[in-house]
Amino acid sequence: MSRGSGVIIAGAAETDQVGRLPGYSALGLHVEAAVNAVRDAGLRMRDIDAIATVSSPGPAQVAHALGITPRWIDGTGVGGTSFLLHVRHAAAAIRAGYARTVLVTHGQSGRSRVGESPFRIPPSSPAGQFEVPYGTFGPTTTFTLTALRYMKEFGLTHSQLAYVAVAQRRWAAKNPRAAYRDPITVEDVLASRLIAYPFHLLECCLVTDGGGALVITSADRAADFPKPAVHVLGTGESAEAPTISQLADFTESQAFRLAGQDAFGEAGVAASDVNHLMIYDAFAHVPIYGLEALGFVGKGEAGAFIADGNTEPGGRLPLNTNGGGLSYTHTGMYGMFAITEAVRQVRGEAAAQVESPDISVVLGNGGSFATAGVLILGRQPR
Amino acid sequence: MTAKPVPVPTPETQPFWDGCAAGELRIQRCVDCGKPYFYPRPVCPDCGSVNVEWFTASGRAALYSYVINHRPAPGFEDEGPYAIAVVQLAEGPRMMTSLVGVPNTPEDLPLDMPLRVTFERRDDVYVPVFTPAPSGAGP
Repeated sequence: MSRGSGVIIAGAAETDQVGRLPGYSALGLHVEAAVNAVRDAGLRMRDIDAIATVSSPGPAQVAHALGITPRWIDGTGVGGTSFLLHVRHAAAAIRAGYARTVLVTHGQSGRSRVGESPFRIPPSSPAGQFEVPYGTFGPTTTFTLTALRYMKEFGLTHSQLAYVAVAQRRWAAKNPRAAYRDPITVEDVLASRLIAYPFHLLECCLVTDGGGALVITSADRAADFPKPAVHVLGTGESAEAPTISQLADFTESQAFRLAGQDAFGEAGVAASDVNHLMIYDAFAHVPIYGLEALGFVGKGEAGAFIADGNTEPGGRLPLNTNGGGLSYTHTGMYGMFAITEAVRQVRGEAAAQVESPDISVVLGNGGSFATAGVLILGRQPR
Repeated sequence: MTAKPVPVPTPETQPFWDGCAAGELRIQRCVDCGKPYFYPRPVCPDCGSVNVEWFTASGRAALYSYVINHRPAPGFEDEGPYAIAVVQLAEGPRMMTSLVGVPNTPEDLPLDMPLRVTFERRDDVYVPVFTPAPSGAGP
């Protein structure tokens, strides 16, 4: 049996704009992204026979709004990495014959909160009983909790943590759609206001509105679309603790590692084969955990690896080339934007285009290190 | 001003909260494999056994990690920047908590500092929080 997942990304697009979009509801963002992605694939909406998106507004609502009658539905909603899992599940469904052309959509009014459900953690849930009483207040107070332990164990410095934001701003400067494009220094980052020590404002992601969508179909149709097919070579997913306090080891993400192992194994590639990398960056420490979990560097080495310039423009491992959640956009469930940038890079149409992006890896996170997905994308099938 | 959040027990967690009200940190362990664990649930996360029991932990812990939050949650507006901590109990499991009886600043909160449990009342529920303990002190 040949390697790879057997499917391609035939269409990929974002909403016309990302940022502050009070003129759109969450559903409206799904719809615009979906229309753009189907057009990008050179298809019509009636060519779509399957739908995948997160639980709110939900796949039935999105399909109905678009006039799609699905014969396969995936409502996996496990946070910002959900869309990577949708691609993986779509691959399985297409191979099984349950679906032919799958539409994966994301839309979120994360900043303007138009047509969004209110945040509420039930006080009888595990988080409601064992975390919220201590004053947690969203991801800035939970996702960040692992960092001091990592800093003590491995000597990561405040300056190295800050440099993650500096490196990504250098990519954002090349991306006209990025929210923040002005160069910053480590001093700027450390002088920005504290959000949750040790994290300063510029080490935390944006909060924006936007959407994106993908069209997935079988690899034997690779020549049938106007844009170069992006082959899904490998996929992986996993989950760890849904409450941050129960993460097994605060210096690593087991879910990142396990999802990566499955994806690299399916693709039959090694970290040294990878030309381009997207790692979900809700906060500055997450790319550090991701680089180590996927085996690009050894444990405790990622902070220095980034600070030495390896991941910024001109470096040997371009990372988060759209500017990432720290500088490009972050609607709340950022994973879709990591995929769309990887697709642009593999196609050769990115704003900050890297050389020879033969193999791109996308690592998505859900919750606070709670869930993970990995996609390995390539220009050629394996 | 909003009150601090009050946890609502479920049938599976009620013994934990009953322990807190009695001034004891009661957690669970597996009778078959001996592993202590937290948060309360009716199955051992290590071996899958449902043969589990409650016991009273020592209340001793060490500071595992924390943040100092500068954007207060509802009910915490009067606290100033406050630590949200994760502690490792002497028995092994970890739990989130607040740190009381100590300034919540990086200088005063070195990781691995020894702590002991105390309880803070919220309505009719007592929430376990931790305070510095002399090094090597018993329960």
